[in-house]
Amino acid sequence: MWWFILQRIVATIPVMGVVALVVFFMLRLSGDPAAILAGDTATQEQIAGIRTALGLDQPIHIQFFTWIWQIVRGDLGVSLFTGLPVTTLIAQRLEPTVMLATTTIIFSVIVAVPLGVLAAWKAGTWIDRAVMILAVIGFSVPVFVMGYFLIFGFAINLRWFPVQGYTSPFVDFARFTNQIVLPTLTLSAIYIALIARITRASVIEVLNEDYIRTARAKGQIERRVLFVHALKNAAVPIVTVIGLGIALLIGGVVVTESVYNIPGLGRLVVDAITRRDYPIIQGLILFFAFVYILLNLIIDLIYTMVDPRIRY
Amino acid sequence: MTIAATRAESSAFVRTLDTVRHYPLATLGALILVTIVVAALCAPWLWTADPTALAPTRRLRPPSEANWLGTDHLGRDVWSRLVHGARVSLLVGLAVAVLSVAIGLVIGLVAGFIRWLDAVVMRIMDGLMAIPGILLAIALVSVSGASTFTVIVAIMVPEIPRVVRLVRAVVLSVREEPYVEAATAVGTPLYLTLIRHVLPNCIPPLIVQATYICASAMLTEAILSFLGAGTPPTIPSWGNMIAEGRLLFQIAPWNILWPGIALALTILAVNVLGDGLRDRLDPRIAKRM
Repeated sequence: MWWFILQRIVATIPVMGVVALVVFFMLRLSGDPAAILAGDTATQEQIAGIRTALGLDQPIHIQFFTWIWQIVRGDLGVSLFTGLPVTTLIAQRLEPTVMLATTTIIFSVIVAVPLGVLAAWKAGTWIDRAVMILAVIGFSVPVFVMGYFLIFGFAINLRWFPVQGYTSPFVDFARFTNQIVLPTLTLSAIYIALIARITRASVIEVLNEDYIRTARAKGQIERRVLFVHALKNAAVPIVTVIGLGIALLIGGVVVTESVYNIPGLGRLVVDAITRRDYPIIQGLILFFAFVYILLNLIIDLIYTMVDPRIRY
Repeated sequence: MTIAATRAESSAFVRTLDTVRHYPLATLGALILVTIVVAALCAPWLWTADPTALAPTRRLRPPSEANWLGTDHLGRDVWSRLVHGARVSLLVGLAVAVLSVAIGLVIGLVAGFIRWLDAVVMRIMDGLMAIPGILLAIALVSVSGASTFTVIVAIMVPEIPRVVRLVRAVVLSVREEPYVEAATAVGTPLYLTLIRHVLPNCIPPLIVQATYICASAMLTEAILSFLGAGTPPTIPSWGNMIAEGRLLFQIAPWNILWPGIALALTILAVNVLGDGLRDRLDPRIAKRM
């Protein structure tokens, strides 16, 4: 058991290494890294200063290992625009993003799993088709288009919710709730589509199993058959896709925060783009990739522990 | 005309009707897509004004006879820009789909057949997949400067691992088949085995995957333009139109609604077509999805 957990943790190291390599070489393949890191307005002296300060005049493998060593120690570099460490900026902007991601994941799972089970139960009927058509629409409407449609309908015309903004739940919970509704709906669309599709597919597969027939034969009520017997056994692919979908979610967060003017990590990316603040973009890629790998590792470990069918 | 020819013709007609009846959504998607492609190809004849011509006196006009869908904050004709935007989206979608499938196919075939390369290649692909695609694309564009070409490359790179995984999975399932072993046994060179015996098995799932990649590439292009890390703002793309329209959204919502609808409809059409193709070409996956 512990051996297995250790193995899984060790297996993420090469993946992290490749992520670091990609980020490292991206900056170097595209010309002079010192010039990119210095920004558009830098003078020759400033560029030269950065080159020696970051050791960019050293051989490439030494550069790589120095850089990796910095990252391992938690140093993601310094923002060009504000002069603050990237880690400080990330810490400042973390809360809104975590809040938005959490409400989205909870809402999506609550909506998508029953929808998927319903579609699987009624497979082939118009209910099933309607759910699947909704899922395709969810996949196809871009996040920001969804955002503006929702703002147009619910904030401008009906005036149910504010157009933009974010308040910390620790400051004013009612305001937070009011402001988080539209961003959550916006970001959930694609995630709901993804989870509902997978739920439907894996429940359909399970519904053909013998133990489902047994459960029905012994007179188990249908709701229990679906949500306990079937869903429990169909859970692994569903939980996996919730984890993999976090990549989608991270992309969506950047856009949603921009549409609703939420001061989170996504806004940090967008501001960094307009200011051409490359260290922030680089730091955030490493950070998000790390979060993604970590969350998927945790999900993996949880269901290997929960599901006795998975052997290690 | 002979009887045989009539019969062949009628059966082709019947077959088409059959396809339409079995895949009504996919047919609808295909029709929408054809309309948009035709509109994009004929754009210069369809637009009523130069899509980049400024008319400061005619700013933010609501839809009228002269400007079918109104004008934007610089007085440019929204309809003409919308039609031009279709060209950008379709170009990026198509280019990314073709390039990522071609590159992913080569890498996947090689990785699936040459064992010592497999582990290395797949670790690299795992690493690429761990970076959220949009962020990777943003970084690539911001390092190499915005142009349609860099946007295409930036969107393509994160799509490649998905193609590689798909191709590799097919190769691994085919590699032990008797006809492949027979080919190897009689001394067929590896590249010929790959082309003649393995490649044909990859084509149906790849066509399906290509349509999904096309849809997701159009989505990413619009997001990149919207965030200011995509198609240069001087080119009227749907993402750029929405990005520019957002500041005055409350006064002139049509500047965002029209390109938003166009974008969603196009991507929806491609996705629905992809689902239809999947059901038709790849029944094994279709049953599972």
